Amino acid sequence: MDWQAVLLSLRLAATTTGILLVVALPLGAWLAYAPRRWWRTAIEAVVALPLVLPPSVLGFYALIALGPKSPVGRWYEDLTGSLLPFSFTGLLVGSVLFSLPFAVQPITAGFAGVDRRLLEASWSLGEFRTVTLARIAVPLALPGIVTGAVLSFAHTVGEFGVVLMLGGNLPGQTRTISIAIYDSVQAMDYATAGRTSLLLLVFSFAVLATTYTLQRRFTYAGATP
Amino acid sequence: MKRTRALVAGLLAAAVILTGCGAGNDTADGAGAQQKVVKVAAASDLKFALDDVLKDFRTDNPTTNVEVTYGSSGNFATQLSNGAPFDVFLSADTSYPQKLEEAGLTVDGSQFDYAVGRLVVWADKNKQFGIVAGGIRKLTDPKIRKVAIANPEHAPYGRAAVAALKSAGVYEQVQPKLVLGDNIAQAAEFVTSGNADAGVIALSLSLAGPMKDIGDVAEVDLESYPRINQGGVIMKKATDVEAARTFTAYLGGPKAHAVLKAYGFYLPGQ
Repeated sequence: MDWQAVLLSLRLAATTTGILLVVALPLGAWLAYAPRRWWRTAIEAVVALPLVLPPSVLGFYALIALGPKSPVGRWYEDLTGSLLPFSFTGLLVGSVLFSLPFAVQPITAGFAGVDRRLLEASWSLGEFRTVTLARIAVPLALPGIVTGAVLSFAHTVGEFGVVLMLGGNLPGQTRTISIAIYDSVQAMDYATAGRTSLLLLVFSFAVLATTYTLQRRFTYAGATP
Repeated sequence: MKRTRALVAGLLAAAVILTGCGAGNDTADGAGAQQKVVKVAAASDLKFALDDVLKDFRTDNPTTNVEVTYGSSGNFATQLSNGAPFDVFLSADTSYPQKLEEAGLTVDGSQFDYAVGRLVVWADKNKQFGIVAGGIRKLTDPKIRKVAIANPEHAPYGRAAVAALKSAGVYEQVQPKLVLGDNIAQAAEFVTSGNADAGVIALSLSLAGPMKDIGDVAEVDLESYPRINQGGVIMKKATDVEAARTFTAYLGGPKAHAVLKAYGFYLPGQ
């Protein structure tokens, strides 16, 4: 069992989830409450792209877009003196893009499910929109937000294609748990591959079971009618 | 409402067109009944050379259709031991075909050597690292920050690269810079895309495709790493063993040898 890879995957998943919450909360609120115009539909579609695009496509574009031959890659290199591909930061960029819909979609649904009359009551009492959002919408949309966070975390732990294209398989930097499994299989070390895979299977099941339990609890508590 | 209807109509039309395009390819050859098919799983260092060999092969054997999939030898060996439907396996080493033979999955006595791979140090010409003069020792240059090789755990070229770095006495210094491609073609892609500054890769890949003529190339001393003897084998599950034999025999013949040589392979026993 490659514990270094397990820890790296957990670190990547936790950091990705943190960044995604910061991005997905405002984005989810905007998607839930903004008037339905063509550009909102366009952004919804862009957010959902990683659900249908193969990870290899994302990984390939990321390798090109973050590499030294692209403006973004050059800008980052000038700023930090190093390149994004083959680094933890590079994987982080890839993972955030890759798990975006897993965070944004449940959070948007959570916000959309909040009783609009409560928001309007708050506004009519003269409360700022941002304060209304933070003190009324977010607590009521909590089940959606928790679901989004859990799914992003789990999805990142299971990521493979993007990491294979972008990572370069560096122990402690970019060798995640899924890559470690792939390497074990290719090296015909089926025992290690089996153990690590089982760990991932049990983990995934536990995450999903927890998520559904939480969701049920929230619904019984009457958070959303 | 109208717009939605137009959108649905458009999507339906697109679906019809797409499915229409997919049909009718099955009978593209026209020869029909006489066509024999050989499915080949080949190590990724053969990409350009084998494509070229097959051009000649088709001219000489119009009724035998060879379909090649390129990838990592280790991955193919795993897939084949789990029943992957390939007829011929061309590995980048001799141990994977040997393992399949030991597992009783191959046609008895069908193992053969077809080429010897060569290793080069490669960097983009524009970077002017002086690879040609400096060779493998040049990789310790601080200007070279990332060096791509294939994964030594399951790619024969990766194992050879590590052995060559150790022989040159620079492994300790270069090791922190190493990035590992899943197979030799991915390692080559890391260097071609500029994400890695240099790479230790297969000579055959540097002579064609996107790497052709744009690199500084220095061959690694053949004595400094275990020879990359590349072997192949015919699988027991082959749908048409005779057709598979036709292809493997051709691979050992003078025409194929000329092509393999042109792509920087040595021939077995050379």
